[in-house]
Amino acid sequence: MGDNIRVVPDATCTFCGCVCDDMVLTVDLDQKRITKSENACVLGKAWFKEHAIEERPFALVDGREATTEEGVEVAAQILANARFPVVYGLSDTTCEAQRVAVAIADMVGGCLDTTTSVCHGPTGIAFQGGGESTASLGEIKNRADLVVFWGGNPAEAHPRLFTRYAVTAKGMYTPNGRKDRTIVLVDVRRTPSTPVADIFLQVKPRTDFEVLWALRALVKGRKIDPSIEQRTGISLAVLEDLVDRMKRCRYGALLFGMGLTMNRGRHFNAGAILALATDLNEFTHFVAKPVRGHGNVTGADNVVSWQTGFPFGVNFSRGYPRFNPGEFTTVDLLSRGDADAALIIASDPASNFPKAAIEHLKCIPVINLDPKLTHTGRLARVSFTTATYGINVPGTVYRMDDVPITLRPAFDSPYPSDEQVLTSIRDRVRELLGGNRLPAGDPLAGVAVS
Amino acid sequence: MAVMMTLIGGRTSKQGTSLCAGKLGAEYLQVTSTVEMNVEDMARLGLSNDSKVRLRTPVGEVVLRCKGRETKDLPPGLLFMAYGPLSSELMAGDTAASGMPISKNLDVEVEPVVDGAAESGEPHHG
Amino acid sequence: MTSALRIVNGRIYDPAHGVDGAVRDLCISGGRIVADVPPDARRIDARGMVVMPGGVDIHCHIAGPKVNLARKVQPEDHRHDVHLRTRVTRSGTGGTVPSTFTTGYRYAALGYTAAMEAAVTPLGARHTLEEFHDTPVIDKGFYVLMGNNVLMYRLLQEGRHEEFRQTLAWWMSATKAYAPKLVNPGGDEFWKGQRNSNVTGLDQQIAGFDLTPRKVIAAFIEAGNELGLPHPVHIHCNNLGHTGNYQTTLDTMRIAEGRRAHITHIQFHSYGSVAGKSGDNPTSKAHEISEYVNTHPNISADVGAVMFGRSTSMTADAPLAYMLRRFGGGKWVNADTEHESGCGIVPFTYQDRNYTNALQWAIGLELFLLSDDPWRMVFSTDHPNGGSFMSYPRLIRLLMDSEFRKEQMAKVNQQALEHSGLRDCASREYSLSEIAIITRAGPARLLGLTGKGHLGVGADADVTIYEEDADKEKMFSTPRCVIKDGEPVIEDHEFRAEHEGRVFHVAPDYDPGIEQVIEPFFEDYYTIRFANYPVADRYIPHPQTVPTAPQAAEAGAVPAT
Repeated sequence: MGDNIRVVPDATCTFCGCVCDDMVLTVDLDQKRITKSENACVLGKAWFKEHAIEERPFALVDGREATTEEGVEVAAQILANARFPVVYGLSDTTCEAQRVAVAIADMVGGCLDTTTSVCHGPTGIAFQGGGESTASLGEIKNRADLVVFWGGNPAEAHPRLFTRYAVTAKGMYTPNGRKDRTIVLVDVRRTPSTPVADIFLQVKPRTDFEVLWALRALVKGRKIDPSIEQRTGISLAVLEDLVDRMKRCRYGALLFGMGLTMNRGRHFNAGAILALATDLNEFTHFVAKPVRGHGNVTGADNVVSWQTGFPFGVNFSRGYPRFNPGEFTTVDLLSRGDADAALIIASDPASNFPKAAIEHLKCIPVINLDPKLTHTGRLARVSFTTATYGINVPGTVYRMDDVPITLRPAFDSPYPSDEQVLTSIRDRVRELLGGNRLPAGDPLAGVAVS
Repeated sequence: MAVMMTLIGGRTSKQGTSLCAGKLGAEYLQVTSTVEMNVEDMARLGLSNDSKVRLRTPVGEVVLRCKGRETKDLPPGLLFMAYGPLSSELMAGDTAASGMPISKNLDVEVEPVVDGAAESGEPHHG
Repeated sequence: MTSALRIVNGRIYDPAHGVDGAVRDLCISGGRIVADVPPDARRIDARGMVVMPGGVDIHCHIAGPKVNLARKVQPEDHRHDVHLRTRVTRSGTGGTVPSTFTTGYRYAALGYTAAMEAAVTPLGARHTLEEFHDTPVIDKGFYVLMGNNVLMYRLLQEGRHEEFRQTLAWWMSATKAYAPKLVNPGGDEFWKGQRNSNVTGLDQQIAGFDLTPRKVIAAFIEAGNELGLPHPVHIHCNNLGHTGNYQTTLDTMRIAEGRRAHITHIQFHSYGSVAGKSGDNPTSKAHEISEYVNTHPNISADVGAVMFGRSTSMTADAPLAYMLRRFGGGKWVNADTEHESGCGIVPFTYQDRNYTNALQWAIGLELFLLSDDPWRMVFSTDHPNGGSFMSYPRLIRLLMDSEFRKEQMAKVNQQALEHSGLRDCASREYSLSEIAIITRAGPARLLGLTGKGHLGVGADADVTIYEEDADKEKMFSTPRCVIKDGEPVIEDHEFRAEHEGRVFHVAPDYDPGIEQVIEPFFEDYYTIRFANYPVADRYIPHPQTVPTAPQAAEAGAVPAT
C-alpha cells in the first residue's frame, strides 16, 4: 500500500437496498482501490473491494474498441431511428442518471422500465390497488417490538437489515435491542436467517397466499378450519398465536421479499401482506415493507413516478406516459419481440431474463452502460464502460424506505458516469430529431423546431 | 429416469460477493451452477455431492452440480439454487401480463447426468 | 439575458401600490420591473386585458415523498388526464396529483409563478428539492415539518429554550426550508406509539413527554418570531375535521399573544356542532373564526376551500387520514418518518349532495366573504386536499360572481346551507383588486417575498396577462401571456420556452455549538449519519436565500413586515 491514502467516512454502500451510509473507506489513491471498508457487511466488503479501475476500452462498437464519443454517435442513431425502443435497468445508478434516461425515452417516444418490474413490481401493483402502511427504517429500529420476515433471507441478501435496522439494533423504545423484540420468520426452507427468529413458520411452497389470507381472517375475528395445516403446513394454533402476538404488540413490522413476488401469486401475494398490515392497524400500529434488492431501485421508482406518474412499465409512444405491466414491461417487450432497440443501463438482463427475452435481445441493436463486463455488454452493439456510482460517481440514491442519501465517492475514475454518457446521447438525439419526437397525428409533428 | 421437483432460485451470500468480482468470472459461474437438493432425494436418485444433474423445464435445460441438504433444512421435493444465468435458462417468458416472470417454485424435471455427457456451467444457448 | 419589454394598454392591478385597474405601461428589463425601457424594446399590446403580478400559492402539496406516494398509488387518477409533450416541453400526467413537469406547466398556464410546498419531512427535504428541479417555470419553496420533532420536544420539556431556538435555526438551514410547519402537534407520539390514537386537546399531555400541544405551539411561535423568519410559523391545528373543532382553532390563535402566526386551511378548522346534539354533524363557525382573524392583525390564514369533485387527501396528520379512510372506503397510505413526522394519504371525492362536504364548501366561501382584510385571509384549496389547483379559476368565479354562486348554492345539500352563514353574505362580490390581493399580493407579503406579488420597480418580473371576460372562470383559466423573470414563457396561450424557476429558502444564523447537542441524538437514534443529513447546496441550482429580520438589518435592508 502506498503513501497516498485517503479516508472517506460516512460513505454509502449501494450494493443492496439497505444503503448503509456509515461506511468508513480507506482508499489507496495511487492504486485507485478501496483497501478497507469498515462497517460494511460481507456483501458490502466485496462491493468495495471488487470495484477498482479495470483496463477496458471506453466503448465497444460492433465489437471494436471505440471512444465514448463514437459510441454516443452510434447509440443516438440507433435510438433516433428506432420505432419502439425500450430504456431499461437503472437500479444501480444515480437519480441524476435516471432522470436523463426517462428524458430520452420521452424524447423518442419509447418505453421506460426498470428492474422493479422483475423484483417488487408486483408489490407496486398491489400498492396501487390498496395502498400500504409503511415507515422509515428508523421507526422499526426505535419502536418495533415485533418483526416478521416473510419470503426473504436477509442473512445472505441484506445482512445489516438485521444488525443496523431491525433485529439487534438498539433504539429509543428498544434499548435492549434483540431482547426487546420478537422475531418471526416465514419461509419454505431453513436458511442462515432462520436461527435469528424466535418463531419459524415453514410454509409449504405456493401456499403463502392462503396463510396470509387466513391471518387476515383471524385478525378480523373470523373462523378458520383446522385443515389449513394440511394445506399450508402451518397449524391453526400457530396462526392464532401469531395473530394474537401481532395484535398485542406495540409496533409491528412485516418485511417481505421475493418469496412472495416471484411466485405465481405475484401481486396477490404482495397485496395480501400489505392488506394484513393495514388490517392490523385497527388494533395497533403496523407497517409492511418490501425489502428492495438493489442500491437505487427505490430511486428509480421515485424518479419515474415523479416524472411520469407511474413507477415502471411506462410507454411514451403516443406523446404522453401510459402504464401497463405486461405490455410495457421489458420481459414482455422482449419475449414477444416488440422492442426494436434497447438501451440498458446498470443492469444485466442477458443474465437474468427468461431465454425468450434474451434471444430477442440478440436480434435487436442494444446499447449498454455498465462499469463491468456482463452478458448484456457482450451482446450489445454499443457498449460503454462507465464509472461506478457511489465509488467513483457522486449523486443521490434512495434507501429502500425512500430516504434520499447523497453519495461520497472514494476515488476518481477515468470513465464517464452514466449521467454523462446519457446526457450526451440525449443531446445528440435531440439534434437528430429536432427536439422531442411528436407522435404521428400530432398537428405539429412535421414542423421543425425554430 | 426423471423426477418432478420444485425449484426455488434466490440470493446467497456467495452469489452476492462473487457477483461483485464479475458475472463472467469463474467463482460466480461456480456458485450459480450448483443446486441444493434434499439428501433423501439425492439418495433415491443415486446422487452424491458434486454429481451432475440435469434440470429441465418446457423452455430450457441446464446441467448443474448438486449439494445435499438435510430434511430439516430443505424438505424433500424442493430444490434451491442461486440466481444466475443458469437459473434464468429455466424461466418462461410469459409473465401473465404482470411483467414478472416466475423464478421461484418452478416445476422442473430432474435427471442425473451419466458421465461423458454435457459439462455443467454454460447455459445452452441455441 | 432577457430582453426589454413594454406592456402597453393593459389595465394594471397592483394592490400593493394602490393601482386598481389604471391603464399604464409596465416596463421590464433584466428580469425585473423597471421604470422605463428604450423605445425599441419589444411591445406587448394588452388592450382589453388585465395585467397582474404572477400568482403566489401559499399552500399546496406538489413535491416530495408524500406527494410521490400519492402519485404512485393512483394510476387511475392520471390515466384520463394526460399531458402531451411538445418539441420543447416534457410529457406527463395530471389528475389531482400531477407529475412534476405537468405541475409546473399547469401552474404557469393558470398564471401562477410561485408555489410553496406545504409539508416536507426534514429527512425528505432532498427528495422535495429533486422534484422541484423537475418542476418547471415556477419559483418554489417548502415548509419543513417540525411540530412533532422528537429532539425539539426533548429540549423543550427540559426547559432548554435557547437551545430549542438554535436547533430550530439549524434545522431550517440544514434542510433549506422556507418556514417551520406544525401539523397536529403532539399527534405523532399517540399515533405511532399508542396504538394509533391521537391527541384531542391543547392541554392534553403528549404521550411520553412532559409537554402539551399548547406548550409546543407557543414555543414554535416564539422561536420562529425571535429568529425573524420571513414567515415565522405555519400551523395545521389539532382536531382538523372534527365537529366542534373551532374552539381548538380559537385557542390556538390565542396562543400567539400578538406574535405572528399563520393558520393554514382554516376552513377545516371552523366547525361547530348542532346545538343540543353531540352527534356527528358539524355546523359552520366561520363567523367566529373570521371575527377573530379580522380583529387580530398578528394572525393570518389561508382558507383551504373545498371544491366538489375528486381530490386527494395527503397530510402529515396521519390519524386524520386514517379517519378519512372510513369515508373514502378504498386505498390508504400511511408513512411514518423517524423522529419527525407521520403521513397519511386517502383519495377522496367531495360531493355536493353530501351534508358535510356541502357544509365545508359553504364555510370556505363564508370565510372569504366575511373577511375584512384580504391581505390576511388568502386563497388556497390546500391542493389537492380540498381540491385541485386546476379548480382555482372556478373558485375565483364563485367569489366574484354572486349570481353564479347562488346557482351553485341551489345545487348543494340544503340542510348544510342552513347550518352555514353563506346565505347571509351571499351578495358580496370580490373585485379584481381583491382577487389580486388574495392570490398574489397577500400571500407574497405574508411570506415575506419582497420581490413578488407586486409590480413596483425592482419587483421580479413575474407578470400574468388575462383577457377580460364576464365569465371569470374562463378568464382565469387561460392567461394570454405569462412572463417569468422577464421572459414570456407563455404567449398566445402557448408555451414558448422552457424555464427553471428559483427555490426560496432561509438560512438563519445559529451557534455552531448547537451541533454538539444535535449530533448525539443522531448517533443514538437516527438511521442516517449526522454528516449526511444536511442538504448540500447543489440540490438547489437556482437558490434565493431570503434573509431573516436580523440578517436583513445587518445588511442594511428593510425587512418585510
